[in-house]
Amino acid sequence: MDVEAIVDNLPLYLQGTWMTIQLVALSLLVGLGLAVPVAVVAGSRRVWVSALPRAYIYFFRGTPLLVQMFLIYYGLAQFEAVRESFLWPLLKEAYACALLAFVLNTGAYTAEILRGAIAQTPFGEIEAARACGMSRAMIMRRIQLPSAFRRALPAYGNEVIFMLHGSALAGVITIVDLFGAARIVNSRYFVPFESFLTAGAFYLGLTFLIVWGFKLWERRWHAHLRARDATPTVTGR
Amino acid sequence: MLADLHTWLTTASAGLLDGYLYPFILQGMLLTIELALLSLLLAVGLGILGALARLSRSPIARGIATGYTTLIRGVPDIVLMFIFFYGGQLLVNDLGARLAALGETWSLPFAVGWDYVEISEFTAGVFTIGLIFGAYMAETFRGAILAVPRGEIEAGHAYGMTPFQVFTRITLPASVRHAIPGFGNNWLVLAKATALVSVIGLDDMVFRAGQAGGSTRQPFTFYLVVAVLYLLITAVSDVVLRHLDRRYSVGVRRA
Amino acid sequence: MKTRTTAWLAAAALMLGAAVVHAKDYKKLRIGVEGAYPPFSEVTPDGKLQGFDIDIAMALCAEIGAECSLVQQDWDGIIPALLARKYDAIIASMSITEERKKKVAFTDKYYNTPAKFARRKGSGIEIDPASMKGKAVGVQRATTHDNFITATYGDAVEVKRYASQDEAYLDAVAGRVDLLLADSVAMSDGFLKTDNGKDWEFVGPDFVDPKFFGEGAGIAVRKDDPELVELFNKAIATIRANGKYKEINDKYFPFDVFGN
Repeated sequence: MDVEAIVDNLPLYLQGTWMTIQLVALSLLVGLGLAVPVAVVAGSRRVWVSALPRAYIYFFRGTPLLVQMFLIYYGLAQFEAVRESFLWPLLKEAYACALLAFVLNTGAYTAEILRGAIAQTPFGEIEAARACGMSRAMIMRRIQLPSAFRRALPAYGNEVIFMLHGSALAGVITIVDLFGAARIVNSRYFVPFESFLTAGAFYLGLTFLIVWGFKLWERRWHAHLRARDATPTVTGR
Repeated sequence: MLADLHTWLTTASAGLLDGYLYPFILQGMLLTIELALLSLLLAVGLGILGALARLSRSPIARGIATGYTTLIRGVPDIVLMFIFFYGGQLLVNDLGARLAALGETWSLPFAVGWDYVEISEFTAGVFTIGLIFGAYMAETFRGAILAVPRGEIEAGHAYGMTPFQVFTRITLPASVRHAIPGFGNNWLVLAKATALVSVIGLDDMVFRAGQAGGSTRQPFTFYLVVAVLYLLITAVSDVVLRHLDRRYSVGVRRA
Repeated sequence: MKTRTTAWLAAAALMLGAAVVHAKDYKKLRIGVEGAYPPFSEVTPDGKLQGFDIDIAMALCAEIGAECSLVQQDWDGIIPALLARKYDAIIASMSITEERKKKVAFTDKYYNTPAKFARRKGSGIEIDPASMKGKAVGVQRATTHDNFITATYGDAVEVKRYASQDEAYLDAVAGRVDLLLADSVAMSDGFLKTDNGKDWEFVGPDFVDPKFFGEGAGIAVRKDDPELVELFNKAIATIRANGKYKEINDKYFPFDVFGN
């Protein structure tokens, strides 16, 4: 075990961790913003309305994230129009490409989770809202979405962990995230075990933090589902 | 038969995608499928072992299995792949060399240890993906076994079956139905995870798309083709899984 | 009891069998190569390895009288895999450096060519800290070029590190890097003279500082194989003398890459 190579490079690992956290947080935030309208539209009973968002969800859930990232990072440069466009200064950055791929990917998975949750709204609640004279938009906003968010929480927790793990792919396209840092340490000191195990330990720590965070969140949001004697219920996973 | 297919594919795809579609990309797809199926086999085996260990009465078995599933599910698959791929061979061969050295110092009458064991990218890929998804399968199977109604198992015991008989004749068959949705989901994720082997240099279809895209300067086209091929795998899997689900749910009333 | 004895015997036999491989006679060698570093090492569309490194490897093996097989390995794992005994020697344009000597043993050099920068034509970037400030420089990760740029210009430029030289070229074409730093011969033949690199040109002086770039490219073997170093050294001297080296050299380059 070459502990020295790891200790000497701890700043690099920390820098990588910060990059990973940034990438994941931004992707999740923008991805969620994308997922809500997509989920609502994809749930429409009119085929011509739901077809496009459903195709988007199907494509991004049915293909590997790595391929999606390569399509954006290596693929887009194939087109003259893209290279000439005002977006190119942004798209030529590996960071922006990774972010775009992650947003589109987590957006699709989150939209599917939400779509399922919206579809499960007890019909009685909708009937009651209708009886109160709410419009369909208002029912969506006030009744269906809030309760769908609660139902989606455990599945969304899993998605957040998947996003954390998926973000490691950024290290494949020159970004120095946690995995990218490990690759630099490995190739400079020839210590595959030490370098990648260290990165693994960091990821494990982040995963535990997320799991713990979601447990707290669920306790808060699912308080009404808890048994009276106050033993916390184990949800979902 | 295979030769016919080859001829047909060659003529049918001649000139398509600058001649790279077949054999180049489609043979890469074959490798992807092979890799995925072998990994699945390993994952199911490990999953059953893992599930039994987690449900067993031995705290040691439970501890090991819980550690395995927690560690694997807490670390990104690509990081695990690099640990196993780069580190695994080092470990295996280091062990061999150490054993050999030990044999020499003790001057044993026979040689021990080994010089090297060849671990190809393909083997490393199968082991890594199998090991990773073994952990996910273990969770799925554990849930499925726990979902078998207690009464059915008690009925088995009441008939005088041994615990082994109860497991093989009642618990296992009855749990299959509960395992299928999770199993299907794991399989779909596994199939997509095979793309990662391209990063460790195994020439699957993603790797080959990169090569073909580089030489034709059409990376988008080739990655899109590979994306569509993955969708194809997903779509076929969906059909098979739905069929399986129907088969094993015979006798369960549907709303 | 009986079964136990049988099992032990079987295990012992297995280990004996494995130990036969252990004998070091160098009649069979596995050579690690990279395959993403034209014209020294590349993979043809039908999956065959070719290039200067490959031809040299074959010539040296013939000279030693060993039966050689080639093992392709990407750069990041090329030394770990040698240490893991996946192959016995690396012939992959690897520069002989002090850092690497801590882990592996090197033969004498089998070629030595200078490093050089390249820029996009018309970009006007010069090789001085002021002109390079804030520019993205593409290098292959953990090469002498990576170490050099990181140590000398690391604060002024953004270093983009790639797993293979080919990936760095791809991003140069896409406009993601402003400068490339690589071996001059590899970059000239593998990029600038190709259709992909037609908009790029060399800039700045040759870099040869042995402190960063070592004494040239050598063959790396495990430290417990000093006899193999000797065998390779003798073979390199022989093919230099008998014209075999020149024959391979002339197949790829119009000048002698062996250096001074």
